[in-house]
Amino acid sequence: MAIDFLYPQYEVIRNRDRCITCRACERQCANKVHHYDVDFERMESDESKCVDCHRCVSLCPTRALKIVKTNHTFRENANWQGETIMEVYRQAGTGGTLLSSMGNPKDFPVYWDKMLINASQVTNPSIDPLREPMEIRTYLGKKPGKIERDENGKIIPNLSPRLKLEVPVMFSAMSYGSISYNAHESLARASKEMGTFYNTGEGGLHEDFYQWGNNTIVQVASGRFGVQKDYLDAGAAIEIKIGQGAKPGIGGHLPGAKVAPDISRTRMIPEGTDAISPAPHHDIYSIEDLRQLVFSLKEATAYQKPVIVKISAVHNVAAIASGIARSGADIIAIDGYRGGTGAAPTRIRDNVGIPIELALAAVDQRLRDEGIRDNVSVVVGGSIRNSADIVKAIALGADAVYIATSALMALGCHLCRTCQNGLCNWGIATQRPELVKRLNPDIGSKRLVNLLTAWSHEIREMMGGMGINSIEALRGNRLMLRGIGLNEKELEILGIKHAGE
Amino acid sequence: MKRVYVNEKWCLGCHLCEYYCAFANSGKSDMVKALKDHKIAPRIKIEERDNISFAVSCRHCEEPLCVKGCISGALSRVNGVISIDSDKCVGCYTCILSCPYGALSTSTSGAVQKCELCVKNADGTPQCVAGCPNKAIVFEER
Amino acid sequence: MLKEGQYHIPSGCAISGIFHKDGRRTDGSEIIRSIATMHDRSNGLGGGFAAYGIYPEYADCYAFHLFYENLAIKEETEKLLEENFEIASFAKIPTRKHPSITDEPLIWRYFVFPRRYKLNESQLDESEFVSRVVTKINHLYDGAYVFSSGKNCGVFKAIGFPEDVGIYYKLEEYEAYSWTAHGRYPTNTPGWWGGAHPFAMLDFTIVHNGEISSYDANRRSIEMHGYKCDLLTDTEVITYIFDYLIRKQGLTMEEAAHVVAAPFWSTIEKMPPEQAEEYTYLRDAYSNLLITGPFSIMLGFTNGIMALNDRLKLRSMVVGEKGEDVYIASEEAAIRVIQPKLDSLWSPRGGEPVIVTLNEDAQGKE
Repeated sequence: MAIDFLYPQYEVIRNRDRCITCRACERQCANKVHHYDVDFERMESDESKCVDCHRCVSLCPTRALKIVKTNHTFRENANWQGETIMEVYRQAGTGGTLLSSMGNPKDFPVYWDKMLINASQVTNPSIDPLREPMEIRTYLGKKPGKIERDENGKIIPNLSPRLKLEVPVMFSAMSYGSISYNAHESLARASKEMGTFYNTGEGGLHEDFYQWGNNTIVQVASGRFGVQKDYLDAGAAIEIKIGQGAKPGIGGHLPGAKVAPDISRTRMIPEGTDAISPAPHHDIYSIEDLRQLVFSLKEATAYQKPVIVKISAVHNVAAIASGIARSGADIIAIDGYRGGTGAAPTRIRDNVGIPIELALAAVDQRLRDEGIRDNVSVVVGGSIRNSADIVKAIALGADAVYIATSALMALGCHLCRTCQNGLCNWGIATQRPELVKRLNPDIGSKRLVNLLTAWSHEIREMMGGMGINSIEALRGNRLMLRGIGLNEKELEILGIKHAGE
Repeated sequence: MKRVYVNEKWCLGCHLCEYYCAFANSGKSDMVKALKDHKIAPRIKIEERDNISFAVSCRHCEEPLCVKGCISGALSRVNGVISIDSDKCVGCYTCILSCPYGALSTSTSGAVQKCELCVKNADGTPQCVAGCPNKAIVFEER
Repeated sequence: MLKEGQYHIPSGCAISGIFHKDGRRTDGSEIIRSIATMHDRSNGLGGGFAAYGIYPEYADCYAFHLFYENLAIKEETEKLLEENFEIASFAKIPTRKHPSITDEPLIWRYFVFPRRYKLNESQLDESEFVSRVVTKINHLYDGAYVFSSGKNCGVFKAIGFPEDVGIYYKLEEYEAYSWTAHGRYPTNTPGWWGGAHPFAMLDFTIVHNGEISSYDANRRSIEMHGYKCDLLTDTEVITYIFDYLIRKQGLTMEEAAHVVAAPFWSTIEKMPPEQAEEYTYLRDAYSNLLITGPFSIMLGFTNGIMALNDRLKLRSMVVGEKGEDVYIASEEAAIRVIQPKLDSLWSPRGGEPVIVTLNEDAQGKE
């Protein structure tokens, strides 16, 4: 119907002077945007299918392609912007919930960019990380609080199970199903090489990946997909997923079409059936229920593994975190509203939750006010974009961070935000064998290692500038931050002073 | 000796290796100038059927049948690389018939052409390898 | 203008210490001479001393030294003291006028011990009870400040050069087996006397030269354990860390040193497995109390003294020995000026604690 017509948002611009009709674009586009016209003997494109993933642009050997935002426009209206109008048309046409993927793209403040980092001058020397040790190793887990000694006065190592991170960055949960086998293999291998951890997400652990168990966090989510004794035993830690930043308060839905034989076996569900995670865990309707699940999992794994509880950053996150810190959990993971997803209802992704910076500051302060900060480690995610974000997160009080979107970008993701279609041209968010093979884990894991290595260098450089040579001395060190362009209330919540103060 | 190896597991069938090969051997400085409106005759070729694809080029055999069969001495083994002296080639195509991999082909100049690991190109590294987006073609010692 | 406690002031400094292992007590003139030698390391904005063994006649009492800004707060504070303590004796601390020591607060000394019923009521051990009252005064009684609270020891400090502060407090009249001294070089005007060193909590006194880059991480962590960092100085937080680790957690001096100036992971990994396990444990269990940035500190305590440098040794500190006497100072000159003929002299390595205690036969006799 004419009323349903939406002009394509992106246009494929082909420089015909440069195009050598090698047809790589055509072969590489799973959305079938490009085709060779035999009569005209030239490449043509159908931009209505284009998702702006840049696969063709990146592979074109003569740089003959680019994608531009269309200048086709509605009459300008600050209130009814083009996207808003089109969403109405789309919903009027289909009667369906709008779906999107990756993190909240809206123009909300990014507090990371409103904080500045300190450096030493005169009174305290900066330290050169190229000449002096600069330590970023981090242990996650509960602190003992009290020492115990044996009859000879020797300290008994009474530490509860923990995770040892050589870099304060872990790869956060992305299920096998939402991302591909090769993406998982890349994450697993990179984690091992960097001395950190990746997270299975709620899709179980493929049998091939048990070999990387020491670098794996196994997740137990509301759908309990793939959860079994061997699975729990295989991981270095167990994460109970309560919520996810991109879609707080709702569950997940992996369409049956993506439940291929391998995924069906890993998730322990019939092939081709939809994998639906309920919104809540139906055995956790309250904090005391959480405590029971925490201890059930600890019991099942002989108290050998730390338990992480992951929540999304919502309005009363501080109080919830305080409850979790007393629930027996060893680590709290908080996911901000910018956190990514393979698919979420657009309205929820764009309107539910709070920024991770504020959530982290509030949680860390609350746990300290209550004297229970050492009961747990705090890990934050939900759009950690670079090493400066990490330094700021740790200075605000985080023990470590979770990254996923930036990890996917290292693997090739161009943030086209159409993961829900399952036609990822970069071989990441897809289960089609011909697309999955586009991500060679030899390349993928190397790129992830490069990213973490580069960030580690930068973290060390910034720490050295501050005169700090061990990451624990940065943790919660809010004097190392100053706000810029923030109001009193924001500064108060972040617990930092304004630049110039 | 370092050779070009292919791994069909990672070959995407994008055919870019063919274009990078054709450009590398064109002697031109610009890919557009070299290849636009030309039908390319690369020394590496993608074989594909169904969902399987892989690149084929000269294996630089230890005991090369093409060299054995060459009637004019145009083909020889230099430091392990099977090279062709185009001036000596008489175009008898014996080599094409004897190569079990189909790695030699005719060319517009009359002499046969084959992969020479880009040793005669300014760059010196095989351009099919450099251009492969998924490391399906590698240049390594095995 | 804001006074210290309302913002964080970086400062550089000089420190010096004299310790008689045989328990012999000497008056304050030597330590004054020693610290005066390093005059240029201070800028007249703070100086002070700590002395152990000076109150043998009241050895069982907590000796409180207080600054008051006015009489009203003195009365109010004394009310609290009386509620909680038997006061064995109290008096103004004797001083002599000195042209460069000005803006004096009221300076009083009280010899006290906790009232039995109050202590029982609190269900705390004695030291914790005392430290809570001290914390309460310092945190809640605006204008009153307990700057010394140990048994048989005392802190004397003021704004001024340390040698002038020594004369001002008549330190030649006190005899101690352990003396430490501090000359301060703050980058801002502290505004009041409380910010000078040494900083004390019960019988721990700290003099410190440095600016720790881990300050806020340490502060926010130690405040979880009931301490209130009111002065916002590095020294204050270091004192609380040692008090927490040693008195509350029961670590030895040496273990505490391995927490605050922990060896690098690369060093720990080279240790024999059992030792590596212990060091890893300490670093992990108390990771928030690791101190980074330059420091050289002397921690005075009953019967002993510990000197410690940051793990990179970013501040100078030398130790000299002569017979039963141990000297520790920022500069060798400060030792040589009082003891030119040393048996030995060395620079302790970064993170390596130097712990000196009274000889066994001298303990308890001081």
